[in-house]
Amino acid sequence: MELSLLKALNEERAARRAAVLITDTASGEARLVKESEAAGDPLAGELSRRLRSGRSGMLEDGRTFLTVAVPPPRLVAIGAVHISQALAPMAKLAGLDVTIIDPRTAFATEERFPGVSLIAEWPEEALKNIPFDAYTAVAALTHDPKIDDFPLREALAAGCFYVGALGSRKTHGKRVERLLEAGVGSADVERIHAPIGLDIAAASPAEIAVAVLAEVIAALRKGPSMAREAA
Amino acid sequence: MAEMLEHDALATAEAWRAAGRKVALATVVETWGSAPRPVGSHLVIDEEGNFEGSVSGGCVEGAVVGEALELLESGATKMLEFGVADETAWRVGLSCGGRIRVFVEPVA
Repeated sequence: MELSLLKALNEERAARRAAVLITDTASGEARLVKESEAAGDPLAGELSRRLRSGRSGMLEDGRTFLTVAVPPPRLVAIGAVHISQALAPMAKLAGLDVTIIDPRTAFATEERFPGVSLIAEWPEEALKNIPFDAYTAVAALTHDPKIDDFPLREALAAGCFYVGALGSRKTHGKRVERLLEAGVGSADVERIHAPIGLDIAAASPAEIAVAVLAEVIAALRKGPSMAREAA
Repeated sequence: MAEMLEHDALATAEAWRAAGRKVALATVVETWGSAPRPVGSHLVIDEEGNFEGSVSGGCVEGAVVGEALELLESGATKMLEFGVADETAWRVGLSCGGRIRVFVEPVA
C-alpha cells in the first residue's frame, strides 16, 4: 500500500469519518473510498452495506478485500452529575470514548471526573468543536431544559445511534411538547429513550448508569429499533 | 484523537514509515472456525521485527513477522494461510481450531 493512501485513511479515521480501503490482494493495488464518495462508486451497493455493518471482508471474487473503517463509538453525557460520575468509567471500560459536557463549573470539575474528557461550556458552544455524528450516543442527564434540550435536538438531527434523556414520564411529556414546538418531527422525538436506561429497576446513580450503558450497548449492537424493544 | 489511535496498527504504520522505517502491514482477510481475531485486524511490522497490533491471539504473529521481513526485502505482497490442516500452523501454534488467511504487503 502507498504511504499516501495510508495517510488519507488515517486522516478520515482521526476525523471520525467512515471510509473503505479497497485492496486487490492479487495485484496489491488499492484505492480509498470516503463515505461521502461511496454512493457514486461502482461498488456502491456493497460499500453501503459494509459501512452500515462496519465489517471488513473479502468480496466473492476471492481477491478484492475491503477494509472498513468506521469511527469508534462515542458517548456524550450532558451533565456532570452523579450518574455521569459512575457512567464515565464504566463506558470507558466498555470501549466507548466518553465526553461530558456541563456549563456549570461547580459540577464539571477535574476532581469529580478524573481522566475524563470534560467540557465546562454550554452545549451550544461545546458542540461547535465536537459535532455529533451517527457513531455518537447522547445521554441528557441534567433534568434542566436550558442545558438538555439543545443537544437533544442536535443529536436527533445528527442521527446519533442512541439518544436518551433522564426524567420521569411527566418530565418527558413536557420535554416532548417543547421539542415539537421547536419544530422537531414527531418521528424524531419518538427516538428518544425516556425514561432513560433499560428497565432493571435501577435505584442508585451507579445502577442508573448501568441501565443507561446497557441501553447504549443494545443500540450499538442490535440497532436502534431492537434497543427500543429491549427497553 | 491521539488517545483514540493509541496501540492502533494503522496509525503506528504511518508513524513508523514517517520516521524512515521500512514497514509491512498484515491484514486478516478471511477466517474459518474459531479464529481469535476478526477479519480486518491488522499487524504492522518494521524491518527490525518490531510489531504492533495482532492478527491472532498471539499464535501466528511470529510466523507473520518472519514472512513480513522477507517481503520487506523483496517489496512483494503475499497471502499467508494458517490452519489446523497445515503443518506450519501447528508448528506456529494456531491450535485453537481456526483457520485464517493473512495478506501481507509493504507500505511503500
